[in-house]
Amino acid sequence: MVQEVLRLPLAVDEELTIRKNRVGSGKKRLCVVTGTHGDELEGQYVVWRLNRLLQQNPGHLQGTVDLYPAMNPLGISTMTRGIPLCDLDMNRTFPGSEDGSMSEYIAARLVADLQGADCVIDIHASNIYLREIPQVRINVNTAQTLVPMARCLNMDFIWVHAAATVLESTLAYSLNALDTPTLVVEMGVGNRLTRAYGEQLLAGILNLMAALGMWTGPVTPPREPIISTDHHVSFVNSPCPGIFIPGAEHTARVAKGEPLGLVADPLTGEILQTLRSPSDGLLFTLREYPVVYEGSLIARILDENTDGKGEAAL
Amino acid sequence: MKEEVLFTIDTPYRPALQVRAWRFGNPEGKSLAVMGALRGNEIQQMYICGQLIRAMKVAEAAGQLAPDCGILVIPCANQFSMNVGRRFWAADNTDINRMFPGYDQGETTQRIAARIFAALEGYRYGVHLTSFYLPGDHLPHVRMMETGYQHLEEAAAFGLPYIVLRTPRSYDTTTLNYNWQIWNTQAFSLYSTSTDCIDEAAARLAVESILRFLAVKGLLHRQYFPAAGEPRILRESELHNVLSHAGGLMINRRRPGDMVEQDELLGEILNPCTGQMLEQLRAGCRGRVFFCRRAQLINGHEVACRILPEERL
Repeated sequence: MVQEVLRLPLAVDEELTIRKNRVGSGKKRLCVVTGTHGDELEGQYVVWRLNRLLQQNPGHLQGTVDLYPAMNPLGISTMTRGIPLCDLDMNRTFPGSEDGSMSEYIAARLVADLQGADCVIDIHASNIYLREIPQVRINVNTAQTLVPMARCLNMDFIWVHAAATVLESTLAYSLNALDTPTLVVEMGVGNRLTRAYGEQLLAGILNLMAALGMWTGPVTPPREPIISTDHHVSFVNSPCPGIFIPGAEHTARVAKGEPLGLVADPLTGEILQTLRSPSDGLLFTLREYPVVYEGSLIARILDENTDGKGEAAL
Repeated sequence: MKEEVLFTIDTPYRPALQVRAWRFGNPEGKSLAVMGALRGNEIQQMYICGQLIRAMKVAEAAGQLAPDCGILVIPCANQFSMNVGRRFWAADNTDINRMFPGYDQGETTQRIAARIFAALEGYRYGVHLTSFYLPGDHLPHVRMMETGYQHLEEAAAFGLPYIVLRTPRSYDTTTLNYNWQIWNTQAFSLYSTSTDCIDEAAARLAVESILRFLAVKGLLHRQYFPAAGEPRILRESELHNVLSHAGGLMINRRRPGDMVEQDELLGEILNPCTGQMLEQLRAGCRGRVFFCRRAQLINGHEVACRILPEERL
């Protein structure tokens, strides 16, 4: 049943509505949220598929699933990452405030609506610049609780990252602080749907639901993810401006020194830099948007020689 | 006066971004650094820096700077966005003022922040001319973050009537003001009235307040008028938000600085098509209008005004 989470008047003959679809019933509750960043659309496919699958198999569903396809409907409708008008990153406004400006108020109402769920899955899709393999990102402080749940999600990689004060204003941090376990999924690239990734996550969500006792239908065993901490990830940034021409496949295993691509100057025809892998490992992030500046992120590589240490430290 | 290029960032399709600074006084001295526009719409903030540079040039030529006084002014670090009408870094829409202290091996705006911070670090005092995220006009004031390192009494030297103390939230920890303080600079954010348009009277007041600060601190030998009174020090949380409930056209009936009684009319929200009044915005307390939203269109549940309640004596 489609329900309204909030409704606010916009300036000229329109209302902002945030809606969810509640499927099933029962005490146990899973929430799947997406569309916080208006340029991240991978979650649209996942929510659509899950929606249909649950509605077609009501006998296997034991509990309540709330689906929120558009946390930031103004952003999605205008291909805008942040909240239009104030240009704020919605995922830096949580937990919000009932007495604050519109963006803070929306954040507070969403947190109130999600709080108390047995699990929240917050689906992101990188941005328009970078392509990511399916992964779950977890703050090290919540790893003990969340890594076992994340393992169910059938993702390739679980990135346990260091705590950062600035990330305390994210939805996931705010909900986890309220004892509502929240997993952040990153996969694919902005403004696109990658069906294979969507199907992979869908299978993972069913696995997690089964683990939570909310799904009795068929599941496929989740793949074994690589689990890493920050220390195992190498970053490659462009040293100069130009256009980036990839020379390696996203998700490939690359060797130290292996070319990842070129930064080139279309005006002069020059090759300005050949960018190489700093380590042996998995190329899990690769630049999608070609125009680069000094510092633009080109790639992230999971150093597989040190893999395992992070997991042992959890 | 010495003009210098602090650093450049090459760009693929446009000339290199040059971040320029003007230095006055003793080249070894690190007395005061002033940061202007970090965002592409901070026109007033850049204008204030320009006027400050003119005033400092005259003061320096007149021999008014103390022997050990060294001043740095950076009017603008983001013409890349300003010249194309964008508030944030136009290539990826990130906010340089959410990237401090920066990271010189990181993404572009992290590198820009790192290079700006390298130039600004080590000064005894720092002034950031900055802007609020909501479109509107403020009463001029000095704002400090409550980091545990702040000295509110120092802010009184600006001679402005209000000093606002803000309890930092997590996203504030990457601003220039916060990091300046953590790195041992007494940092002040100076809010002028406007952002994307020039208010000359407010700019004169801002320049005068910075010169006054220098004079009070013995860095500038110059007469200054005594402040009209003791500044009022307040926590940001003391300001009463007046929220809209309707969406429509907002017509302001009061301006920043106006004294208002409880329930006095501050503005009206009109149906944009029929002109019918949808809501009257009224003061929730007796006090002074501290902030007024300037955008003509307003949505429901937006901050329309902020009122500074009258001080109880």
